[in-house]
Amino acid sequence: MSNPPEPKSVDPETVIAIRCLNKSFGVQKVLKGIHLDVLRGETMVVMGGSGCGKSTLLRHMIGSIAPDEGSIRLFDQDITVMSEPEMNEMRKRFGILFQSSALFNSLTVGENVALPLREHTKLDQTTIEIMVKIKLELVGLREHADKMPAQLSGGMKKRAGLARAIALDPQILFYDEPSAGLDPVTSAQIDQLIIDLTKKLRVTSVVVTHEMDSAFRIADRMCMLDKGVILKEGPRAEFEALRDSAEESLANDTERLIRQFLRGDPEGPITQRKVQSDYEEDLLMVSLKMD
Amino acid sequence: MRHRHTNDSDNDVVRAIRRQDKAVVLELAGEIDLHRSVKLRERLLDLTAERPDMIVINLSEVSFMDSSGLATLVEALQLCRRNGGALKLVGIQERVRSILEISRLDHIFPIFDSESEAMAS
Repeated sequence: MSNPPEPKSVDPETVIAIRCLNKSFGVQKVLKGIHLDVLRGETMVVMGGSGCGKSTLLRHMIGSIAPDEGSIRLFDQDITVMSEPEMNEMRKRFGILFQSSALFNSLTVGENVALPLREHTKLDQTTIEIMVKIKLELVGLREHADKMPAQLSGGMKKRAGLARAIALDPQILFYDEPSAGLDPVTSAQIDQLIIDLTKKLRVTSVVVTHEMDSAFRIADRMCMLDKGVILKEGPRAEFEALRDSAEESLANDTERLIRQFLRGDPEGPITQRKVQSDYEEDLLMVSLKMD
Repeated sequence: MRHRHTNDSDNDVVRAIRRQDKAVVLELAGEIDLHRSVKLRERLLDLTAERPDMIVINLSEVSFMDSSGLATLVEALQLCRRNGGALKLVGIQERVRSILEISRLDHIFPIFDSESEAMAS
């Protein structure tokens, strides 16, 4: 196994710098040579189909799994070589909105938001109570502080999860499928909240999603993952142009594949590849059984 | 008019405290975050205990304030009002103003461009 090259110095505006990231689970390579920069104050949307590696990439960025090779630098510090105490300090600088919202069901909404402040700061109880009200006001849930998570709708749970994610005033926010399971109006409201928080609090956001309406609403830049490889990375406008271009005008299969994903077309390279792959696998299984 | 001036080190969140009659002017400086807001709270609790008629907080040298800083100012505002006094903010930089706005605190704090305007109101 070759050592990854030494990371070159990164632009001070680069908040997240991923270099030569490789990860396998067993024989399956899920991330292959990922190289990605996320800049201060921008919203980077990482998209791709199920099993493309986008959630695995997110889990690397938050330090919950280690890569086989490569570096992941947050604020110019490589988290892949950090000790657990160092990583815990780093975790205070970013917030995560999980797909499930990950609220504690035995705590009220307000207590859920207060929890990171009680655990990770020496702030006075009065300060924490006021901070909780401010966070809940930011996400439009102040009047629901005393409710239990079970009493909340899906959209409200997301908002509560977001209030908790921003409890420690993080500089980076990670979102895992923030629109999943929400109706279109609620999804658009969550998107607007993400835009407001990113721009007004000047945080850097990384959003993993396969919901294209949402992706195009919130992204400053986008990257598309497929089979563990970044097929394309660039400003939102480039992806919009690709989505809206005529298929005949595209130069290659990669562009056609991205276009199909962005448009959600039922026919195209992704469908063709899946059908062929399934068929081949099915045939091979038969021959194995015959042995 | 009585003037008393206190200078602190640059690392101190409270750069200076000036007393003018029954008003107290606090000059804050730097970034007010989770760590520095604890110190700020101590100073503000001491000052509010003196029950001045007015506390003017000059934020012109404050480049950033997180929600712990905001919460500390809210608590001081509460205490001042409870004592029949006022707390006013002046010289807010754009970034801090943006944080106040998104938190909808810009309508709760009396905000002025200058200390003289705050004193006169």
